[in-house]
Order: sequence, then structure tokens, then C-alpha cells
Amino acid sequence: MQDTVIKIENLKKKYRLGMIGSGTLTADLQSWWAKKTGKEDPNRKIDEKEQTNKEFWALNGINLEVKAGETLGIIGANGAGKSTLLKILSRVTAPTEGEVKIKGRISSMLEVGTGFHGELTGRENIYLNGAILGMSRSEVDKKMEDIIEFSECRKFIDTPVKRYSSGMYVKLAFSVAAHLDSEILVMDEVLAVGDMKFQEKCLGKMGDVADKEGRTVLYVSHNMNTIQQLCSRCVVLDKGRIIYDGDVEEAIRIYMGTVKESPVDVDLSEMERAEEHAGRVAFMKRLQVLDAESSVFNRDSIMRFRLSFTTELDNPKLYLRAILHYADGTPVTMVTTKESFSAKKDEEQSIVFRLDSKYIVPGKYTLSLILYEVNQFGTYRNCDGVKDAFCFEIKAEEDYAHRMEWSHRYWGHVSLGELLIENE
Amino acid sequence: MEEKWTTVLKPKHKLMDLNLKELLAYKDLIFLFVKRNFVTKYKQTILGPLWLIISPILTTLMFVVVFGNIAGLSTDGSPQMAFYMAGNIVWAYFSLCVTQTSNTFVSNAAVFGKVYFPRLVAPISTVITGFVDFLIQFALFAVILAVYIFTGSPVKINAWAFATPLLVLQLALLGMGVGIIVSSLTTKYRDLTILVTFGVQLWMYASPIVYSLTQIPEQYRFLYLLNPVSPIVTIFRYGFLGSGYVPLASWGISWITTIIVVFIGVIMFTRIEKTFMDTV
Repeated sequence: MQDTVIKIENLKKKYRLGMIGSGTLTADLQSWWAKKTGKEDPNRKIDEKEQTNKEFWALNGINLEVKAGETLGIIGANGAGKSTLLKILSRVTAPTEGEVKIKGRISSMLEVGTGFHGELTGRENIYLNGAILGMSRSEVDKKMEDIIEFSECRKFIDTPVKRYSSGMYVKLAFSVAAHLDSEILVMDEVLAVGDMKFQEKCLGKMGDVADKEGRTVLYVSHNMNTIQQLCSRCVVLDKGRIIYDGDVEEAIRIYMGTVKESPVDVDLSEMERAEEHAGRVAFMKRLQVLDAESSVFNRDSIMRFRLSFTTELDNPKLYLRAILHYADGTPVTMVTTKESFSAKKDEEQSIVFRLDSKYIVPGKYTLSLILYEVNQFGTYRNCDGVKDAFCFEIKAEEDYAHRMEWSHRYWGHVSLGELLIENE
Repeated sequence: MEEKWTTVLKPKHKLMDLNLKELLAYKDLIFLFVKRNFVTKYKQTILGPLWLIISPILTTLMFVVVFGNIAGLSTDGSPQMAFYMAGNIVWAYFSLCVTQTSNTFVSNAAVFGKVYFPRLVAPISTVITGFVDFLIQFALFAVILAVYIFTGSPVKINAWAFATPLLVLQLALLGMGVGIIVSSLTTKYRDLTILVTFGVQLWMYASPIVYSLTQIPEQYRFLYLLNPVSPIVTIFRYGFLGSGYVPLASWGISWITTIIVVFIGVIMFTRIEKTFMDTV
């Protein structure tokens, strides 16, 4: 049996919501004095009722054991506690409750290039970065050649890194971290950088680190592909708890299952908007699914929607764009209305549109909607957009694709119908 | 099976959680930080490290003009240039230690938030960087002293000059102690950063930098010497210039103060370093 190198017992981390103090000593003293004398706190916001000491458990009772040589993937939606877990493991912050026991040195690559200094040359930065990550000078000396070789930056190694391109910067930083001698390596989405070729190389290196060198790797990512390529085991976090621990494929399925299904009548007005739509030139209010009881559709069906919206524009030429994402966040395709539709100013109105699902492979998807305008010069501008406005599932018929389970990873999300044999 | 863990992370910690062995393991990092600080400070400047010599000369000249000539403060018979230079380089080192270490957490937040290493590495390397500056300025002081001795001015170097390493060590400890106390507090209260600049300036006038100890009336002198920096400056001056005297008892108290300050500083620092990422 292999050795356990990390043992996490009932780990909890609490954050206080809102401001921690007011940030200045005088204001804190004022508040304290007001509390003492029973007066009203002068620093309280008007609409704040009581000093609500709301707490937020970023991690709520994590139990986990990691064995030597394992490559453990950690996935979960934003805010599930992945980064907090890694932060505690890499000793950046302390837990509120519970215990973490670690065997061996642990080093983290939470963000590549941490501690790089622009004025120093590549070589000097390798020493500095190595030392920050816990290597001694002689260790760095031993690995120097490998690091330079791997980084592909030999020509510029004695140039200050502030003159580097961002790609070179990242390559160099990754090389240092990848050549660490620590027994446990913690990584948070570091591979999201560099060009394709280098990313491949990094993945290869990470695989080597675990397989050949027998080191333990903890890897956090939103990229299901790299998780699948790299990890031998995977945990799914949700709201600070582990909801699944085990097989990678199953973990990804469960993670994607946490993408919820929408009701057939969606209130869009409460949904989050991007910064650029804050002006509310147009505002989508409501999305209703027509002729359907749930957000599960049969393959090859026509989905019909009614979208209610208002606009501040006078007689605009509006268009609607729908972007389709697969449940793991991969974009699938985009469709847009061909003809514009007119709208009246400051009046709630609606359009009905239809979406043909026959080109989509069965699975779970989300639909993002963007309302945009094209002016007489032909330039367009986005008026309102709601990401993941509608989540739905396409169900396959029994004999779809000869009962083969569709592998989204290898076959993609688009269906071209069938291959036709021609008889010559 | 009895398992051996190398690290155990727990929420509760002892009052003083200082791991000196670990700190020592990171001595390479301390050295590299010192080198980085020194190299980057003078990159893209024309005069480079020459500033280290120019700035004390300018400040000293200013002191000579303002306090020596206009205000006409006594220097206990020592040549003005040497007298003010002595006070100036000692104070420069001390104030650098205080101000530079006082923003340890805030200025290193980016690195501290990403990766672990003993946080004390940062203030210690700052203090050592300052020490390099001090050595260079001390060499300048030695040159000026040599000129005075050569021209037969009333400068009497004596055995107390050998106490210098001890004095400098004390300055570094005291400066770092005060600095890390402030830095621990600034993670929550940013206004202390402003107070530091101001406070250090006030502190200078409460120390015998621009005037000599003998200007203080006899009956208040003991009280005045409770300022831990006062005995240090006075002894430094006495050792190299032979003016003033050695307040031995006060120096003892000053050391006790220094050790207490460092102790409190390290306790606060090691407590804050665990969770400061959540407040910064």
C-alpha cells in the first residue's frame, strides 16, 4: 500500500462577509465608543439594519487523504472552495478548524511568475523564484541547465525579464516551478497560459512528474480536458464540501450535473449582467419556453421561446444572438436572427423565436442571449446580454448513434446527421 | 503504524510561533532578497549607489547650516561636520529599518498571497539591505574622521568605538521590532502608514541627532535617555569623537527595551502572518 502524504481532517475555513472593520483606526474607535455609550454607530451604512456578523464557510468539513504519486484533480463551480483549499495547503492562510497533515515538502504554483522582479535578469529571477519556492542555491545550480532548456528562453536569459514577452515570462516561471524537488506540487490553473505547443509540453512534464518521479500533484482547473489527461483521481467540491471522490470521468459527470436545469419560465431581470450592459439601453426581462413542460427536450425537436424586453432606443433595429455552451463551459456554436425586429421605446414587448436542436448532440447545454443593435452604418453594439440564461438538456432517442454513448470529449457537441453511403 | 508528518497545519497556535530552524533554511532567500533590493534600487539611475554617499553629505551640510550655524546649537566642541554626520548615519539606518519594515505585509501582499515562506524573511532582508547602505555611509564617515584627525582637529577616537557592532545590531533589532509591530497593525489599519513617516520624524527630534545630549537639562536627562535610541547615538558619538559621555545604565535599559520590542514584534508578526491574507 502506498503512503499517505496528505491527510486532511474536518477542515473548515470561515470568512466574515462584508467589511472587516472599517479599515481605519479612527472609524473603528468611533464605532467602539458608540457601542460603549449606547449611541448609534456613526459609521453604519444607512440601509444596514444591525451589525450583521454574517459568516461564510468557504470550506465546511473537508476530509481527504492523498497517497504518494497520485495526481488528484479538484473541480467545482466558482466559489466551491477550491482555491481556499489550495491556499490552506500551500500555507498562505491558516484554517479555522480542523487539521492538515503533510508529509514532505509542499510547493505551490498558484500563479506563475510570483515573485519575479522585472529589473532582474532571467537567470537572477530563476535563483530568486527558486528560493521563494524553497530551493537552496545549490539545488537551483544543479537544475539551472534543465530549467533554461525547458523554458526555451536561453537567448534572453541574461536580459531583464521586464523586456520579456508575456509568453516567455510564463514559460520561464513554469520551468522553475516544474523543476522543484518537492514531494508535493500544488497547481491552480497554471496551464492556462503559453502557446499551444508549450501547454502540451507542460502537460507532458506534469505527467512525468507524477508517473516517473513518483511525486504527488494536486491540480485545480476548470478545463476538463487537462483534468482528464493529467489526473488519476478527482474530487468534486460544492459549497465547501466534497461531494464526490474517485474516478475522473464520473467526477466530471457529477460536476456537470451540478449545472442546474432551468424552469420553463425564467426571470431574466435578476440575472447578472456584464459591466457593459449596465446602461440598460435594452433590458431582457423574461424568457418563456413555449409548448414544453420542462427544460428537457427530445433530440430533433424545435425549441420555441418567448422573450420579453424593454428598450430605451427609439425605433431601433434589434437582433438577437444565442450562444450555446456545453455544460462544462466549452462554447458550441452561435446563432443569430437574420432579420432585425423593430421595437417600441419604453414599452414591454416580446418576440417569439425558435431554435432547431437537430444539430446538437444529446447532453446538457446552456443558452446565453445577447440583444444587439445595428445602426445605419452597419456597426453593431450589444445592448443587453445574459450569460447562461437558460439551461437545458437534449435527450437522445433509444437507438441514437447505435446506442453508443456519445463521447463529448472526443466527438464534440455537433451532429451532422448521418454518413450516407452512395451506391455507384 | 506510527506515521511521521513533516508539517501539521492547525488553526490554534502558540503565543510565540517562531521557527528559527526553518528561517535558517531560507537563508538563501534572505541573501537573494538583499541582492534584489540592492540591485533594483539603483537600476536606471545615473549616479547609482553614489546616492548613498551624496544624500548623507547633503543632509549633514543642511544640519551644519541650520542647526550648527543658524540655531547655533553646541556640538560639545566636536567639529560640526563629524558631529552631525555621526548622528545622521545612525539615524538614517534606524529610520530606514522602521519605515521599510513597517510596510512588509502591504508591499509583499502579492507574493505572500501566493506562496509560503517564513514571512520574517522579508523584514530581515530589508534590515540587512539597510546595513549594506550603512556600511557604505560609515566608510564615508571614516574618511571624514580621518581628515579631521590628520588636520589635528579635536577628535578623540577611543575604545568605545569597538562597541559599534553592538550598537548597530541594537539599532537593527529595535528598528525591525518597531517596524514589524507597525506592519502587523497596518494589515488592518492603513492610517498607521502615514503615522510612521510622521512619527519617525518626531522621534528624530526626540533623539540627540541634531543636538547633543548635554543640551538636555541634567534633571530630565534620565527621562530623556529612556528613548532607546538616545544612548545608542550618544555612545556612538563618544566612541568616535570623544565628546559627551557614556550613559551606561541607560544603555542597559535601552537594551531591555529593545529586547521587549523585538519580542512583542515577533509575537504579533507570527500571529498576523497566518491570517493576514484574509484582511489585506
